[in-house]
Amino acid sequence: MSPVLEVQDLAISFGGVKAVDGLTFSANAKEIIAVIGPNGAGKTSAFNCITGFYKPTGGSVTLNGADITGKRPADIAHAGVSRTFQNLRLFHDMTVLDNVRAGMHLYGGQNFLDAIFHTPRFKRSEALYTQEAHYWLDFVGYRGRRGVPIKNLSYGQQKQVEIARALARKAELLLLDEPAAGLNHTEKQSLLELVRRIRDLGTAVVLIEHDMGLVMEVSERIVVMNFGKEIAEGTPTEVKKNPAVIEAYLGKDDEDEEVPAHGDA
Amino acid sequence: MTIDNSTESIHTVEAEAKKRGPGAWLSSIFENKYIGWAALGTAILLPFIDSSTYTLNILTTAAIFVVLAAGLNIVVGYCGLLDLGYIAFLAVGAYTAGILSKMFVLPVLFTLPAVIIMCILSGLIIGAPTLRLRSDYLAIVTLGFGEITRITAQNLEITGGPQGIYNIPSYLVIGDLDFQDPVIFYFLTIVIVSGLVLAAARLGKSRLGRAWKFVKEDEDAAEAMGIHTYKVKLLAYIFGAIWGGFGGMLFASHLTAISPPSFLFLQSALVLMAVVLGGMGNMKGVVVGALAISLLPEFLRDFSAYRYLIFGLLLVVVMVFRPQGLWPPRGVEAERTKAQREAAALANGLKR
Repeated sequence: MSPVLEVQDLAISFGGVKAVDGLTFSANAKEIIAVIGPNGAGKTSAFNCITGFYKPTGGSVTLNGADITGKRPADIAHAGVSRTFQNLRLFHDMTVLDNVRAGMHLYGGQNFLDAIFHTPRFKRSEALYTQEAHYWLDFVGYRGRRGVPIKNLSYGQQKQVEIARALARKAELLLLDEPAAGLNHTEKQSLLELVRRIRDLGTAVVLIEHDMGLVMEVSERIVVMNFGKEIAEGTPTEVKKNPAVIEAYLGKDDEDEEVPAHGDA
Repeated sequence: MTIDNSTESIHTVEAEAKKRGPGAWLSSIFENKYIGWAALGTAILLPFIDSSTYTLNILTTAAIFVVLAAGLNIVVGYCGLLDLGYIAFLAVGAYTAGILSKMFVLPVLFTLPAVIIMCILSGLIIGAPTLRLRSDYLAIVTLGFGEITRITAQNLEITGGPQGIYNIPSYLVIGDLDFQDPVIFYFLTIVIVSGLVLAAARLGKSRLGRAWKFVKEDEDAAEAMGIHTYKVKLLAYIFGAIWGGFGGMLFASHLTAISPPSFLFLQSALVLMAVVLGGMGNMKGVVVGALAISLLPEFLRDFSAYRYLIFGLLLVVVMVFRPQGLWPPRGVEAERTKAQREAAALANGLKR
């Protein structure tokens, strides 16, 4: 089976700073990959290159064999990539349901004439949008109110809705940028279980995360970055023992072999 | 509107009924879905109360102004593109209608297809290069295009130069209906205007309308959802242009004479003011705002020379106490009913 996502020698530099410098990894369907590394290691820059928000200065990104390097974000989304953002990027004045409907834009099903004349096709497609929005909100375990503006929700709930929005895209590849940041212990536990259920849908999940406990538990493979370079890749056990990783996290002369249980994010 | 903030407990499965504040009866009137019909009914009844030429003239002008505000609301209210030269589309519509109907001695209304095509073209010409810009830059460039349009009209021969176009044939008789009659023309205007307002409101609640609002709120996030933001913005611009073109056609037909001073920047500013005053993004509010902007100066005629001073003061007072506009969009929709929720739970348990 060929991988869903293949990143080859990805590089981007801002001025003289090489934010990402030769990142190579791949993700298969039904697989959870974690990208970890200290702050400023270039993880989010790599995500932005994959999703088209930055134009990579080198390397290539392939999705299901098709080259998507440097394309427009909307086209990359169309090709089958969905993402969440590090600092929630929701549509604040719009309702929870509308926010999830955003993820369904590419479903189509109606044109502007349908909308103006309220044709049966329009009503069918709107009903479908609403039903799907409820489905994905149920899927992520969101239990709050759904018809209210999203700015009235708590942070944890907003994070849930952002994931629901990304899932509603029904993309083959889901990129989660620090999904656990700012969540409490119980919320992290349900996130862990949610990420696994997303994988079971057949999606390839790539996540950036600082919470080492969560990363070690949920991911099948881990890519470790530091100063824009990839310093290690492997299973959680392999990565934990890798001297380069320990050095990146704890400094050179440290004797401690354990990666910190809860990252220093 | 009271928003219950007690959603801290994530496990409140029941979406409890909205708590009713003291203003609830008022908001229940405003949120009544028949309010649009009530407004239409009132508009139709008005000529039966007072059918003087003066009144009809004012009412027709106000109705045309409503179309412009509805069109600009698509651009500014839905899509968040600050357009300071919107009146250019009124000019394009009015001149296209005027020139063609004089040239071919056609009733103005028959020029509609040409008006729509010209407005789409001008929307593309103005929109395509400018919509790559964001916020302030877009505002300045659209302001420039608005002025360019007016000055072009002032200098071209086909548009009649500074004198403009006059004696536009507005006759059209279908059976017993003579559309030169002010009452008949008023009714026709009302029909077209309410159709366009309804269409714009419906667009706002569709896939495309949501896409506009996503772009307004967060362009990058919208792009990540697969929304081609540039295309969507261009569409908003084109729809705005079409609405402006309808306004222009009615304008030319109503006045039977058009000249460049009708398309000053002040007019763009007034339309924008109607949108902001009414409540950006809410079509009902924008209609109220447009009526206020076009009718208030008439009501204030008793104050003669001071009327624009009072008008200005009133606007400032409204904006200080209600910066979101008189009637902003509500941003709330229906929750699932208990039955729907249980059905969904059952289906999820069985199927997926």
